[in-house]
Amino acid sequence: MDTTTVVIGAGHAGLAMSRRLTERSIDHVVLERGEVANSWRTERWDSLRLLTPNWQSRLPGMGYSGDDPDGYMRMPEVIDFIAGYACAIAAPVQTGTTVTRVTRTATGYEVTTDRGIWSCATVVVASGGSNVADVPAVAAGVPTSVTMHTPMTYRSPDQLDQRGVLVVGASATGVQLADEIRRSGRAVTIAVGEHVRLPRLYRGRDIFWWMDAEGIFDERYDEVDDLVRARHLPSPQLIGTSQRRSIDLNGLAAAGIQIVGRLGRISDGVAQFSGSLANLCTLADLKMNRLLTRLDDWATETHLDVERPYRPEPTSVPSRPILDMDLRKRDVGTVIWATGYRPDHSWLDVPVFDHKGRIRHDGGVVRDAPGMYLLGANVLRRRRSSYIHGAEQDTAELGAHLHRYLDSRARSPRPHLARPSVSA
Amino acid sequence: MTTTDTTLTDRPVDNGVNSGALVDAREALSNAPEAAEFTWRASCSWVHGTYSRSTVEGFSGLGQDHLHKSTFTFDADHPECFASEDRGATPVELVLAALGSCLTGGLASVAQHRGIQLRSVTATIEGSMNVLGMLGADPDIRNGFNDITVRFAIDADASDDDIRALVAQSQKRSAVFDIVTNPSNVTVEVV
Repeated sequence: MDTTTVVIGAGHAGLAMSRRLTERSIDHVVLERGEVANSWRTERWDSLRLLTPNWQSRLPGMGYSGDDPDGYMRMPEVIDFIAGYACAIAAPVQTGTTVTRVTRTATGYEVTTDRGIWSCATVVVASGGSNVADVPAVAAGVPTSVTMHTPMTYRSPDQLDQRGVLVVGASATGVQLADEIRRSGRAVTIAVGEHVRLPRLYRGRDIFWWMDAEGIFDERYDEVDDLVRARHLPSPQLIGTSQRRSIDLNGLAAAGIQIVGRLGRISDGVAQFSGSLANLCTLADLKMNRLLTRLDDWATETHLDVERPYRPEPTSVPSRPILDMDLRKRDVGTVIWATGYRPDHSWLDVPVFDHKGRIRHDGGVVRDAPGMYLLGANVLRRRRSSYIHGAEQDTAELGAHLHRYLDSRARSPRPHLARPSVSA
Repeated sequence: MTTTDTTLTDRPVDNGVNSGALVDAREALSNAPEAAEFTWRASCSWVHGTYSRSTVEGFSGLGQDHLHKSTFTFDADHPECFASEDRGATPVELVLAALGSCLTGGLASVAQHRGIQLRSVTATIEGSMNVLGMLGADPDIRNGFNDITVRFAIDADASDDDIRALVAQSQKRSAVFDIVTNPSNVTVEVV
């Protein structure tokens, strides 16, 4: 089968790109291993809501049209939103099609699936940035009496036995799961490494409203101070709830959750935690306050009519957080690895990876593979790229780049060697 | 060159740190991860009693062996109240000194990178310990420090928050801070 562009993945990013390609009359197909919005359907816990407020859920040509712009979508709403989008734009999605291999050919790429082979000039990798839960090697030391979960296998506290729970990681996922499991009555310990603290509301408005309005989300990947750091920043400690409440370590501690340092290792059933907790909390507070100061300055400059500035309470760290915990003696029944995710590009048989197995790219334009594009990665082109609404601009720009590539290729006498000089 | 470097040339901040070279090294080593593998070495010879002398001469990294400009020695002993002769710092004091110098050196580097002029920096490091552990008198007491505290007195052209951020960042990037706060596998063999 031949087409001009194969888009791999029918999530929000792949569909947004499909719409851009349709706008440009570029012949394409969107290949999807499951159904549209597959990972939202199958790889999320029950209570999860988006971190972004509803008004921010928009894709090219479609915004939020419900009656709760300040709320946060639950998963069924996210699935409806994305599936509705696929219908609205009449995306040429072929569901139930798993890509098993992508290789380079003389004229472009060959995409092998479990339902046939596609030849194409260009490929858009939109298979998501969170395909695999990243579990650290120390997991090997967890005693067999303990059940392990990742955020992809965890659904709700009902799944767990009544024993205690160790949640490893304090990004959005870790703090949300610790909070929910504690509310179910279980003893919970959370191991806290580097984290990003943000209040849900600041001066009466959603923190994402501020970041959007002030321009933080617009910061480009080639302008941020430290791109490697920006791309690997843990997701902020936020939760979407109808009360629009904040979630932070102070709140977790007040709820009776034991806060400990980063998990170092587990030997003989004893988990050892880092003594760096106080510093990591100081860093998170300093960074949060620096951000709030920046927002305050902007509010003053623009004469914004909002509540007066204030600062959340500093994180109160126990003076002597425990450094080790015998998982058996302390009756821990479950360890949840909320230690991040990584993409699965194992099917991509084109030499585009760096030494850590990450695709080398400039704002989504894959290096060393003309005509290949990446979508849906953290800070792909700007900070906004990490969230659903980032796909709007990213696909507009990458769609234009792809179009120029096809044009220059058509003009070149040796199309497969064409390297358009257009920058990202 | 990044915008940070432009900022640095605009400001006559000099902490004696070549932060441009460090930024370049980070970039270069990120693309050549093998060269970033370093091995640090020390040798330690027993002299008499609890008195020993450690020598530091060379290390490996960037794909080759290196010699320090001179050989450094560190004498270690125990004080007289431990029935020793006090001919050197105790090994645990050397650990405190290592932590203090790692944090202080890192702080100067971060300050340079952030365009903050330092005038004086003094770290006071304390480690508390119950020696019944080390003496084998109580199995419930650990040998090592229970708590380590570092107090920085810093005079610099920066706000309090910026100084606190410097101190926090120096901990985040410190090798010795990591070594003392996180478990490491230690293999001891007889050859």
